Amino acid sequence: MTAPATKPQAAPAALALADDALVLAQRLGEWAGHAPVLEEDVALANIALDLLGQARVLYTLLGDEDELAYLREERAFRNAQLVEQPNGDFAHTIARQLYFSTYHHLLHTQLATTPAPDAATEDTTAPDIRALAAKAAKETAYHREHAELWTLRLGDGTPESHHRMQRAIDTLWRYTGELFQDLDGLQLDLHTLESNWHTAITDTLTQATLTVPESPRTSAWTAGAGRQGLHTETFGRMLAEMQHLHRSHPGASW
Amino acid sequence: MTGNTEWPLWEVFVRARRGLTHTHAGSLHAPDAELALRNARDLYTRRGEGISLWVVPSAAITASSPDEKDPFFEPAGDKPYRHPTFYEIPEGVQHL
Amino acid sequence: MATATVDHATAFDAAVAADERIEPRDWMPDAYRATLVRQIAQHAHSEIIGMQPEANWITRAPSLRRKAILIAKVQDEAGHGLYLYSAAETLGTSRDELLDKLHTGRQKYSSIFNYPTLTWADVGAIGWLVDGAAITNQVPLCRCSYGPYARAMVRICKEESFHQRQGYESLLALSRGTPAQHAMAQDAVDRWWWPSLMMFGPPDDASAHSAQSMAWKIKRHSNDDLRQRFVDICVPQAESLGLTLPDPDLVWNESRGHHDFGPIDWTEFQQVLKGNGPCNEQRITQRRTAHDEGAWVREAAAAHAAKHRSSTSNGSDSSGSGSGSTSQGEESA
Repeated sequence: MTAPATKPQAAPAALALADDALVLAQRLGEWAGHAPVLEEDVALANIALDLLGQARVLYTLLGDEDELAYLREERAFRNAQLVEQPNGDFAHTIARQLYFSTYHHLLHTQLATTPAPDAATEDTTAPDIRALAAKAAKETAYHREHAELWTLRLGDGTPESHHRMQRAIDTLWRYTGELFQDLDGLQLDLHTLESNWHTAITDTLTQATLTVPESPRTSAWTAGAGRQGLHTETFGRMLAEMQHLHRSHPGASW
Repeated sequence: MTGNTEWPLWEVFVRARRGLTHTHAGSLHAPDAELALRNARDLYTRRGEGISLWVVPSAAITASSPDEKDPFFEPAGDKPYRHPTFYEIPEGVQHL
Repeated sequence: MATATVDHATAFDAAVAADERIEPRDWMPDAYRATLVRQIAQHAHSEIIGMQPEANWITRAPSLRRKAILIAKVQDEAGHGLYLYSAAETLGTSRDELLDKLHTGRQKYSSIFNYPTLTWADVGAIGWLVDGAAITNQVPLCRCSYGPYARAMVRICKEESFHQRQGYESLLALSRGTPAQHAMAQDAVDRWWWPSLMMFGPPDDASAHSAQSMAWKIKRHSNDDLRQRFVDICVPQAESLGLTLPDPDLVWNESRGHHDFGPIDWTEFQQVLKGNGPCNEQRITQRRTAHDEGAWVREAAAAHAAKHRSSTSNGSDSSGSGSGSTSQGEESA
């Protein structure tokens, strides 16, 4: 009944990046009023607002932002599975932030500083994505630093925090491989991106007295899954909550 | 037993723009200087109120006591000759 | 000794009479200090508990624009709570003590937040009416005799005006929207109007703390005066919204130059205050849970700081926001 808001093959890179940002903002928004200390309520909200802003700019490149956010079914979302993972405890949220914001920062930095080797093969939205990247690189640098600061404090804090942080790092590890899949219509040096990511994560975890997981970073199921519209169980529930009100009033403006 | 883990208090100073001094904006709690700076950024410059921040442990500030107000500050009150308006200059003299 | 106290008291009275500000290290009567701690703490708690009814709709906000606005608003409330806890701390009470008193019910927060946000329109109604009432209450506090409280209020009032305007705009969109949206807006205003009027506190003749607070210039206007001002402001605003206020007795009184309005149900007010409101238990439980579940995080950061205390001021360079966040030595260059 609900038609997809855009043609499925239109600009998947912009869509994937927008979905990453929106879904993570939605998860971070769930923290409001629940953070371990008031200062973190403020910090997590700041990050959520940056991400939401990025998502809105990207959606606008593709069509109507609210149609794209509220009227697509689960299978039409192209976000990586990492960002849809539930908040869990604060360690879990920080581990998700560390993995994602390190990727996000490196990605935007590369997009902002490295011209496409062969621009003709890129999607029409690619120049806009690259233009947005300069601003996003600054924002994500802050997100990344926030995650690193907290990883150090939780990893090298108390025995309990160390245990919780290690558990979170291990649990989410299997969702990190997907981040380095190709993004259609956007030329990236994924090899460098992934190796820089691995080095940065290893440095941070080591400094935080945590162990870098050795298990695979993807499984048969997670390989490319989110980017192809396959998500984890909790995602449908998250979308239902996010979209319910908007869908209950078709055609209304807010 | 969480009562003794309260994070220390920090005083926050914000420079609104180049050319101005850092001005006291308020305080916050943070476990260490790095997080104090991050928290100050989020709390006191959300609306672009500043371009530079200082955070100082509140405990590191030595303040004059209000009880010493008179000996501290009154002697300065009877030395008007420190202010330029103390001096009368004939009309027409310029650049003074 | 006795004369010293008398001198202090005279100086204090003179400062208040001359509209000067009292600052943290000044001598002040114990009762003045206690009144301020009680009032500032209650105000801070209200900001923090007040995050909940609105945060209830962050994940369901019906457009991305509204979602961003709401996150920013709830974030501001956390910020306001922080400014106010800081002001209370200048009186010698730690934030932990204040939070503990909130969690154990020994200090109160505004009863308005014990009402539920049942629909999206409630978020708009809170912005327009609850924040509107709060601003009416708070603007005079910018001239409160206690310096740190007055300064916190200046900052807060500036930010609150965004809250009220976004609420009004949101309600306007609903009122002018589909019939279902209009009905949602009217229903919200019907439920929030009377509790908003109660936010100004009991009538002047029944207000326990008013007279002394007025004398100390902690309070600048009486509860009833502020309530009247609020009603007079809201009536034309409701008309522009195309919504009605749920009071059949609401009528312009030419001779008073004010609107007359119907009697307030103070029994309900007292009941909600006593803990029998629809959400008292839920609100305080959520707050306590967040605090308890966050204990290990706060402990971890404190433990980390203790381990690394010797190596803190290494000026660890961080590019981050690009806001020139250099460390302490900048000015000495």
